Amino acid sequence: MAKVAAKPATMAQALQSAMRDAMAEDPSVHVMGEDVGTLGGVFRVTDGLAKEFGEDRCTDTPLAEAGILGTAVGMAMYGLRPVVEMQFDAFAYPAFEQLISHVAKMRNRTRGAMPLPMVVRVPYGGGIGGVEHHSDSSEAYYMATPGLHVVTPATVADAYGLLRAAIASDDPVVFLEPKRLYWSKAEWSPDAPDPVAPIGRAVVRRTGRSATLITYGPSLPVCLEAAEAASAEGWDLEVVDLRSLVPFDDETVCASVRRTGRAIVVHESAGFGGPGGEIAARVTERCFHHLEAPVLRVAGFDIPYPPPMLERHHLPGVDRILDAVARLQWEAQS
Amino acid sequence: MTVQELPGAASYRPTPPPAWKPRTDPAPLLPDPEPYRVLGTDAVDGFAPELLRRLYAELVRGRRYNAQATALTKQGRLAVYPSSTGQEACEVAAALALEDRDWLFPSYRDTLAAVARGLDPVQALTLLRGDWHTGYDPREHRVAPLSTPLATQLPHAVGLAHAARLKGDDVVALAMVGDGGTSEGDFHEALNFAAVWQAPVVFLVQNNGFAISVPLAKQTAAPSLAHKAVGYGMPGRLVDGNDAPAVHQVLSEAVARARRGGGPTLVEAVTYRIDAHTNADDATRYRGDGEVEAWRNHDPIRLLEHELTERGLLDEDGVRRAGEDAETMAARLRERMNADAPLDPMDLFAHVYAEQTAQLREQAAQLRAELDAEGDA
Ligand SMILES: Cc1ncc(C[n+]2csc(CCOP(=O)(O)OP(=O)(O)O)c2C)c(N)n1
Repeated sequence: MAKVAAKPATMAQALQSAMRDAMAEDPSVHVMGEDVGTLGGVFRVTDGLAKEFGEDRCTDTPLAEAGILGTAVGMAMYGLRPVVEMQFDAFAYPAFEQLISHVAKMRNRTRGAMPLPMVVRVPYGGGIGGVEHHSDSSEAYYMATPGLHVVTPATVADAYGLLRAAIASDDPVVFLEPKRLYWSKAEWSPDAPDPVAPIGRAVVRRTGRSATLITYGPSLPVCLEAAEAASAEGWDLEVVDLRSLVPFDDETVCASVRRTGRAIVVHESAGFGGPGGEIAARVTERCFHHLEAPVLRVAGFDIPYPPPMLERHHLPGVDRILDAVARLQWEAQS
Repeated sequence: MTVQELPGAASYRPTPPPAWKPRTDPAPLLPDPEPYRVLGTDAVDGFAPELLRRLYAELVRGRRYNAQATALTKQGRLAVYPSSTGQEACEVAAALALEDRDWLFPSYRDTLAAVARGLDPVQALTLLRGDWHTGYDPREHRVAPLSTPLATQLPHAVGLAHAARLKGDDVVALAMVGDGGTSEGDFHEALNFAAVWQAPVVFLVQNNGFAISVPLAKQTAAPSLAHKAVGYGMPGRLVDGNDAPAVHQVLSEAVARARRGGGPTLVEAVTYRIDAHTNADDATRYRGDGEVEAWRNHDPIRLLEHELTERGLLDEDGVRRAGEDAETMAARLRERMNADAPLDPMDLFAHVYAEQTAQLREQAAQLRAELDAEGDA
């Protein structure tokens, strides 16, 4: 295909293109959720799909998350590929019973006879000034459930590539969309998308020699900014974007940490019991002899997500990352 | 009886099943198909003029409150505001149907009901301003936190009402939910518990036509939302949600019934959301102006004003006074909301647990140090 000139596109538009292209290619792909039809979703990610493919393919459901996911299970059992939108992170919780007891386990319970290919799209995370229940980082709950893939794009190109890969996957994928990056823009063309990112592969977004920042989704731009700021102080930071939390790319992450000898995991969900603990443990298990300092975590505080006026104090920002970078001078401290 | 003890096929003689009869006669539970109305009928005679005037004054204040709060979003003083313009009769009647000792379980749209119940207007807006999640002590006014996850407050109302009854208190809980919220599992579970326990609860569904963009026809195939009651074994009542005295009467009757041990009621108030879902929503994407106009002509304030004026219960002077009173309230609200909320970031850690954990103390110290450094900079 001829390379088409890239134009600025938002992450929301790239996600929409991914669904449009998947629906055009495969009639079994169905989009469903609250307000996904006429309105095009509260973030407009499904805008135009109902018009283009009809209401049977892009369906405004009754307002019931357990019902949405439960019916999607049945649809997948009959051979459709549902792409379900949960309106906001905290409104997906009523669907957890379906997700955990059925979506995640159907393949296993049926000894492989009944896989459930489906995508559960969840806008997640804070930083948009939303009132309570609109800013949860729920990735740890999903990660803790065997049977689910959990992916989260941080760039416009990955939004497209990962969503295509998720829809094509024969396993259920929880697709976490960092809502504060919905309006982030990049030069990108839906006609000449990057090769589809395989699920389970991390990517080095910035190379460096003195330490690795391991991050994903909404925290990627923060880490890149911190890496720039740190370079002024003589730190040459490498930034790894995980893209996929499950499966986890030990190879890319550990190769980086072995090169740099130091690592910090950065995410905005709570630190305790959060993804960072798992990642730090894996890195330590695999790279112990290469480490020159303990793997540190910079995470959201261990509190319910705060009201918008206080969220900037909660979200890990550049300064908190730089503080952690300073603490990596372990020998000097001990 | 084991399988062996069952009579064999040869000796088996089928008989009809034991007699079955419905547990309850559904007929009295079914709603009248036509929403109950008071305005424009003789039923108005049965209302105390003071009540009618009070309803009117509260409606006018409520409308002004909605307008003021919406204006505050434009100035960045509120993170978001889900207006109840057009639905004021439901909000006000909800508050006025309760005694002080009763409890209100509002959804995120029901700020007005909370305020009409006596809550400080600024405290009621704290959630939407964004300085704290719930700006008041629920026990003080017996108003549960405004619930954002839809329908999740309904089982709480049932539990509270049940507990009150177990304790011998004649307390009633009124739980409010939107038409969309009736699709959630929590709605169904709450109704079922309430009916099985005969809990003193009243469910008020404000059917304002839409759940964000989704019209009622895509939400339910039931003849009405009030019809859902019968399946659980409680009466369903349909009322014109823009007829303030009608809503007040139907709710008051349901509350009285619950109070005397008669169990729960489901009330559906048929109304309309005049404004968009919130200030952030674009309603032109899913509905036409014509529809909105038709409902503007069935406005709860104008309906009541017309009736009261016709009956000589309200004159120009009374209308002006209600307007002035609302204006004063709005000015006061504006003034107070334009003052920055006193915020202490250390509050982030204050109320996570009854006792601070060691980890949170550590994190609090970290934030303290950051704030001190910011202060020095
Ligand atoms: C469990 C849950 N799912 C989704 C949402 C997102 N949401 C907020 S309001 C709304 C529509 C609610 O409609 P309705 O119940 O009719 O109440 P109305 O807004 O009309 O008062 C939706 C889908 C939510 N708050 N909670």
